[in-house]
Amino acid sequence: MDLRKLKTLIELVESSGIAELEIAEGEERVRITRSLQPPLQAASAAAPVIAAAAAAPLATPAALATPPEPEGHTVKAPMVGTFYRAGSPGDKAFVEVGDTVAVGEPLCIIEAMKLMNEIESDYAGVVKAIMAENGQPVEYGQPLILIG
Amino acid sequence: MAPSVPPPLFDKILIANRGEIALRIQRACRELGIKTVVVHSEADSDAKYVRLADESVCIGPAASAQSYLNIPAIISAAEVTDAQAIHPGYGFLSENADFAERVEKSGFVFIGPRADTIRLMGDKVSAKIAMTKAGVPCVPGSEGAMPDDPKEIVKLARSIQYPVIVKASGGGGGRGMRVVHTEAALLGAVSLTQAEAGAAFGNPTVYMEKYLANPRHIEIQVLADAHRNAVCLFERDCSMQRRHQKIIEEAPAPHIPPRLLARISERCADACRKINYRGAGTFEFLYQDDQFFFIEMNTRIQVEHPVTELITGIDLVQQQIKVAAGHKLPFRQRDIIRRGHAIECRINAEDPDRFVPSPGRITSYHAPGGPGIRVDSHVYQNYVVPPYYDSMVGKVIAYGDTREQAMARMRIALSEMVVEGIKTNIPLHQELLLDEAFVRGGTSIHFLEERMAKRKLGS
Repeated sequence: MDLRKLKTLIELVESSGIAELEIAEGEERVRITRSLQPPLQAASAAAPVIAAAAAAPLATPAALATPPEPEGHTVKAPMVGTFYRAGSPGDKAFVEVGDTVAVGEPLCIIEAMKLMNEIESDYAGVVKAIMAENGQPVEYGQPLILIG
Repeated sequence: MAPSVPPPLFDKILIANRGEIALRIQRACRELGIKTVVVHSEADSDAKYVRLADESVCIGPAASAQSYLNIPAIISAAEVTDAQAIHPGYGFLSENADFAERVEKSGFVFIGPRADTIRLMGDKVSAKIAMTKAGVPCVPGSEGAMPDDPKEIVKLARSIQYPVIVKASGGGGGRGMRVVHTEAALLGAVSLTQAEAGAAFGNPTVYMEKYLANPRHIEIQVLADAHRNAVCLFERDCSMQRRHQKIIEEAPAPHIPPRLLARISERCADACRKINYRGAGTFEFLYQDDQFFFIEMNTRIQVEHPVTELITGIDLVQQQIKVAAGHKLPFRQRDIIRRGHAIECRINAEDPDRFVPSPGRITSYHAPGGPGIRVDSHVYQNYVVPPYYDSMVGKVIAYGDTREQAMARMRIALSEMVVEGIKTNIPLHQELLLDEAFVRGGTSIHFLEERMAKRKLGS
């Protein structure tokens, strides 16, 4: 084969997207193969990782900081106010850890706007934990008593 | 004469609102060295201003009725955090006289006017009567509530001349109103509006006014202290509205003779002194044929307050706080100078064509900036716009030496702004900022809806 012809064929393969070119001319046969670079997988794999790392701090930190849900049923504050364990200062607390409670039984008091609101249990079971401190201000949805 | 020492400002203010105004109030407090307590619903636990607050209290589930409208919860939150004053923002309980009263009875300062002032101006019938007495021109109409006798109602409409509008006394802000063009439709419209008013506002009282064909919405900002000083801070043009909801506001109002504005402003300041007004307030007017007609007064800070702040250099929210703490206004009317022009675009999370709300996660957010650009927004990248409240996600305000410069800066700002993941009305704003009539200035309150109707027919 003519050298010039060969050069032209090589250039053709290089400039095109062809991976392999085989030409037979009479008894002469030429095969030109181009080795294509494998995709830069290292770089593309890194990109999503960086994006995920960047997104994580913006995701709700509250979700990341929240401790795992305790086992059992959590009685939450239905209102804003001050949490008290007993009806009056000096009185015995409504419940202690280990007490059995029935539905409707008073568990604690939330004081709001000078009114004492008795918080009744909506669950029957055994008191597993007291999750707020006597005299502590509580917000709506704050965990108070864990019943298992 | 020895200068009097102004009383100390509050140590802690409870912000009883959400969204961009909660952030706005918080910024004013922080600058004054006042601690902030932010109350929020469960849906707003991740709000920017909640995270920045000195203290935050969750007061209820997402539903407004059980959170932002929950008076005992809010007052209780003020008690447990030992706040001294409560700023109600706009909307929600800001114009609820009962709330203002209960706040004060519970020992806190309500940052706003006195409860009876709120009551007086909240009832649109009594507001009109008070304004007429104070020399502020009102829309011609029934001198008080609608008469009961149908014959009297017909007579009244005839004397006002059609078209007339029937309005609920307990309504306002575009709610509870019906236009009547013919006598045949009058009595039916009256009883329908009464029924709706009773259901929506708990007050079936209605009144009648002349319906103006092509008015502009011009409002006057006032500030008054507890020492009988009252000043006007120029006007705003809020005519660009859809279904009575403002979309674009600007200050000053284009193409109104200055002497007319000066005269109406003086009437407003006078009215403030007569009713012993305290705090920030806005007198809303319809302006047509060189005449101003009072429609209602808003006894609170308004969404569009930034445009007034930018042309006067006065921080209205801080002035509200200072007045509530007993300070005298630090300026007289002659000290209040305006300079330049400001335009505000309300950015809503909504489909720009169908106006359906578009809540959800903002996946990509980039705020505009540069000379003369102010962005009042609580959103950030990855913020989830909740579906429970109004759709406004922020306000972009452009300031310039002239109206032309303000508009040019706004166009640039809107083109830079990126809000992805939800739909917004940014495309609508971009169109309006290029609209020939808007650029000329002075469009009426019907302009936007007429423009939209024309496009529908044309398409």
